[in-house]
Amino acid sequence: MDLKEMYREIVNEHNLHPTHKHALDNPTLELRGVNPSCGDDITLQLMVENDMITDGAYVGQGCAISQASADMMLDLVIGKSKDEALKVADIFMRMIKNEASEEEIESLDEAAALQNISHMPARVKCAQLGWRTMDEIIKGTEN
Amino acid sequence: MNVFRQDFPILKDPDYIYFDNAATAQKPACVMEAISKFYETENANPLRGLYKWSVMATESYEAAREKVANFLGARKASEIVFTRNATESLNLIAYSYGRANVNEGDEIVVAVSEHHSNILPWQMVAKEKNAKLVWLECDENGYYSDEELNNKITSKTRIVAIAQVSNVLGVPKPIKKIADIAHSVGAVIVVDGAQSAPHMAVNVQAMDADFFVFSGHKLMGPMGIGVLYGKHELLNDMPPFLTGGEMIEYVTRENATYAEIPHKFEAGTVNAADAVGLAAAIDYIKSVGFEYITETEKNLTALLMEEMRAIPHVTVYGSPKAKDHCGIVTFNIDGCHPHDVSSILDADHICIRAGHHCAQPLLQYMNVNATCRASMYFYNTEDEVHRFAKSLAKVREELGYGS
Repeated sequence: MDLKEMYREIVNEHNLHPTHKHALDNPTLELRGVNPSCGDDITLQLMVENDMITDGAYVGQGCAISQASADMMLDLVIGKSKDEALKVADIFMRMIKNEASEEEIESLDEAAALQNISHMPARVKCAQLGWRTMDEIIKGTEN
Repeated sequence: MNVFRQDFPILKDPDYIYFDNAATAQKPACVMEAISKFYETENANPLRGLYKWSVMATESYEAAREKVANFLGARKASEIVFTRNATESLNLIAYSYGRANVNEGDEIVVAVSEHHSNILPWQMVAKEKNAKLVWLECDENGYYSDEELNNKITSKTRIVAIAQVSNVLGVPKPIKKIADIAHSVGAVIVVDGAQSAPHMAVNVQAMDADFFVFSGHKLMGPMGIGVLYGKHELLNDMPPFLTGGEMIEYVTRENATYAEIPHKFEAGTVNAADAVGLAAAIDYIKSVGFEYITETEKNLTALLMEEMRAIPHVTVYGSPKAKDHCGIVTFNIDGCHPHDVSSILDADHICIRAGHHCAQPLLQYMNVNATCRASMYFYNTEDEVHRFAKSLAKVREELGYGS
């Protein structure tokens, strides 16, 4: 998939019509993630009950890739346990570094469309922002 | 077809449009050849050797200094210090002149449109000395009023730091006038010439700059060579910045006396090959001529601004006058983040810069997080401008907005 196709087929929809871009009323977990050099800035909120992510949302601003990536991530992790969410985050991070297997990439569903970001070093941080932030909040609760 | 394009090996691929000249310029073959020739025929450590190659290397290096002095209109070659780039030159001034001459309660006046490299060194000096940073505020097009200059530059001012041309808005400043105000209160003026020296004839005596800096790579020279011009009497009184080899006169176990300027400021083995490359770039730029450069850039900028005005949802920042852009056109597209715009244009093989351009205080003042910047040089063409505008007109659609 070339870059323009990636935008047309996946990124634009999640950027312009995100499912999860709103604030939750009483999130269990909340963390701000920022890419200082590009100005991508999101606050990720998760609702966690008995180690299950029952809901999630984000607010903020940034480029289409950062926003769409966070939206796709929430599609994928809502309904999963914290451990499962960390696992998909790990796969996503490795996919962006070109280190994940075909099978693993398929498990990322729509987010798999971002795999070509691995060839665009300047946009890697944008794609990772939501995932990195989720990884940090979940790991933060385990200490 | 632009007659100078054939001088640039990288521009032989007609598919790529290079509009990021404010970040770094492309290099003509003669610059690369000069550097190769230095390494192939006279490479030795300059300034110390007593044999032929080292003498040749020294002569080439000092000839490059003469060339730069002449290019800037300096009184003598000893007023030219070679550094790595404009950033290092500005740091040298701050660490050496700034720390020795700014005291508690003094003020350093910095223009809001400065690149971070002409802000952070002064923040450092101000913090260390308990001095105050005073900001010169520009209007929305990037111009500074006489009133603002006269109000902010006062008897408390020790240093005025300002770029001759802003790297975001491209607006040229009346440096002579600002220098006169600074001198009337006993301050010195530090002029960042990174965006001006490649585009217009500079004369440091005519503008009465106390310090003037630029980077070789933006002027088609190699990366890793920069210039600091300082008035002889100022440089002479300044303490060294870096110490070590090549910058001494006599060293004992406890003490050292320093070499004369400019060598006092050039510790360690110097970057002779890239100084030679810069000298070749200066010869080249003179052969093109600033008249041609200025005229071509003005025409390309006018055409680009006109085409961009015709594209809906595009905002162009800075002066409405093309001649006040120095080839730099900074813009945004409604609803599109500059990084996405840049990626979409990259897919069409168009190179522009997107982000904060190392000028966050200015972007905060403009109330934008990031912008796109297309910056042209004399080797760009009208055809490239048309192709750029055609791609730009499709960006919103590519990012999912109905056209």
